[in-house]
Amino acid sequence: MRAGRLSADGVYRAALGGAATLVFLIVALIVYETTRGALLSLRTFGLGFLTNTVWDPVAERFGALPYIYGTLVSSALALLFAVPLGVGTAVYLAEIANRRVGAVVSFVIELLAAIPSIVYGVWGFFVLAPWLRSAVEPWLLAHFGFLPLFRGYPFGIGMLNAGIVLAIMIVPTIVSISREVLLATPRSLREAAHALGATPAEAIGAALGAARPGILGSVILALGRALGETMAVTMVIGNTNRISASLLDPGASMASIIANEFTEATSPIYLSSLIEIALVLFAITIVVNGLARLLVHWATGGRRSAVPA
Amino acid sequence: MKITHLLGLALLAVLAPVSLAHAAGGNLTGAGATFPYPIYSKWFDMYHEKTGIEINYQSIGSGGGIQQIKAGTVDFGASDAALSDARLKEMPRRVIHFPTVGGAVVMAYNLPSVQQPLNLTSEIISGIYMGKITTWNDKRLAAANPGVALPGAPILPVHRSDGSGTTNIFTTYLSAVDGSWKEMVGANTSVSWPVGIGGKGNEGVSGLIRQTQGSIGYVELAYAKQNKLPVAHVRNKSGKFIEPTLASTTAAAEGAASMLAKDVRYPIVNSPAPDAYPICGLTFLLVYQDQKDADKAHALAGFIDWAMHDGQGVVSSLDYAPLPDAVVKVNEASLRKLMVAGKPALADR
Repeated sequence: MRAGRLSADGVYRAALGGAATLVFLIVALIVYETTRGALLSLRTFGLGFLTNTVWDPVAERFGALPYIYGTLVSSALALLFAVPLGVGTAVYLAEIANRRVGAVVSFVIELLAAIPSIVYGVWGFFVLAPWLRSAVEPWLLAHFGFLPLFRGYPFGIGMLNAGIVLAIMIVPTIVSISREVLLATPRSLREAAHALGATPAEAIGAALGAARPGILGSVILALGRALGETMAVTMVIGNTNRISASLLDPGASMASIIANEFTEATSPIYLSSLIEIALVLFAITIVVNGLARLLVHWATGGRRSAVPA
Repeated sequence: MKITHLLGLALLAVLAPVSLAHAAGGNLTGAGATFPYPIYSKWFDMYHEKTGIEINYQSIGSGGGIQQIKAGTVDFGASDAALSDARLKEMPRRVIHFPTVGGAVVMAYNLPSVQQPLNLTSEIISGIYMGKITTWNDKRLAAANPGVALPGAPILPVHRSDGSGTTNIFTTYLSAVDGSWKEMVGANTSVSWPVGIGGKGNEGVSGLIRQTQGSIGYVELAYAKQNKLPVAHVRNKSGKFIEPTLASTTAAAEGAASMLAKDVRYPIVNSPAPDAYPICGLTFLLVYQDQKDADKAHALAGFIDWAMHDGQGVVSSLDYAPLPDAVVKVNEASLRKLMVAGKPALADR
């Protein structure tokens, strides 16, 4: 009887351990395969691949810098729009709205997460782009054209469009996790704040402080999606191999260049360079995630929180 | 009752072609270019109905098609760009190119104030894509379009962002007509563009053109026709402004026939024929000259022979340009070189 229980326990442990190991093995296999595929490009271009701005399939010279720049800038832009919007919505839903309204609204917001990215891309291309081109970008050029951020021609598609589309795509992640985290913080926290004479806003501030690790965690998840998003970005970023300070200018991201050129990449070095882009994207995702985890660690003073980070 | 009936029908539908094909011997698999996929899948359907031979084609892009025929995982590859001498040498065995249909690349634009079709020359097109011609009332555009009130608006060039046979035809044309383009940019399924913004696919490019006044871009003829985009007439080698049509595309292949007879990979852009539209190209099947499997070899040779004759009759219904007789003859000669175990693969008709 006792032995039987032990072995059932053993099977249970082994199954869970196996599942965890499998995930690790899959990641290791991805790294191995992409490195193997990128070997030719790694040998040919070395570290220069990361700093070179030329992408010329005819002369077979390849550099990834414009795409690295595009991925980082479009993702940063997305966070800039999505974090205030997402956290603000979460606070409203968790703290201010009554429970029933909160549940309905958060259900609708989570529906956003289920929309395929190609649909966001089509919307960005056919709805957002004309509006940006005819209204927003001319206004930006007229009033803020002295800033290098807003120079150039109002194409409607470009870095700004990509940032907005990405922001809408990642808002549901931030809202739904942040709301859960806020709801999980103890009620007594707010009551104590009120008892000490805090205003409602200050009480919410106290709850936010307690929920900080979880909210940062939601932002990390959202950033992960923004870095890797392919289809929607490809449709609205403008696909131009250019590094420009202006948000109105077209650019390109690492995922978009792979989506664009992989199918017709005929020469071995061309294909290998595209695979190296995938490898670089993988590495950047790891670095960004690592930095974000450090940030969580710093923000929480090293204490582990009960909520997922 | 009804459900079992349906199931039975479904089972029949699944099994019937398999058994038929077995009777005919030698099913084929192919992979490659997406541009000719609509006509290929129509051909495969028609050929299956006629002979029972099933041809399974994956339109994964020319790059994938070349890789797969090189690895020997498919019976034929398909590519919008002919293989260079260097790429041919990398192949494990000798590869024959069979051009199947022609396609034209048209210049579509958005200039609401201009009613009649715009006239363009090779100098204007390369000037726009080099960033040398930047406004619509440039004197070179005005000279090609006498009497047309061209606006002073900036020109916004649009190109394909994805690797494509369309880009290959367009950049091959620019390389043929402009030495500095050939030197600085070159020809490929994707290139390093000096100016312009990129849209994904024909629909991405035409979407940008429709949305943006003053834009110009290149799309497949079939796509422009089906979506009724305004397209420019382009001056050809003999100095005439030619409207892009299926007939003027076929004329381009005809004009290059003597070169194609020597090497079927010869680009047909900037054809010397008087009625030829200058920006067009052929798409190819890639087949090993010495076949290993007799059944497959007979099936493949039979199919290509059919596609060159009966198959050409349905090409224009899908807005592809049929091959001129001269190119069909070139293919017939190549087909006779297709061997299996030292014997010709094509049965006598």
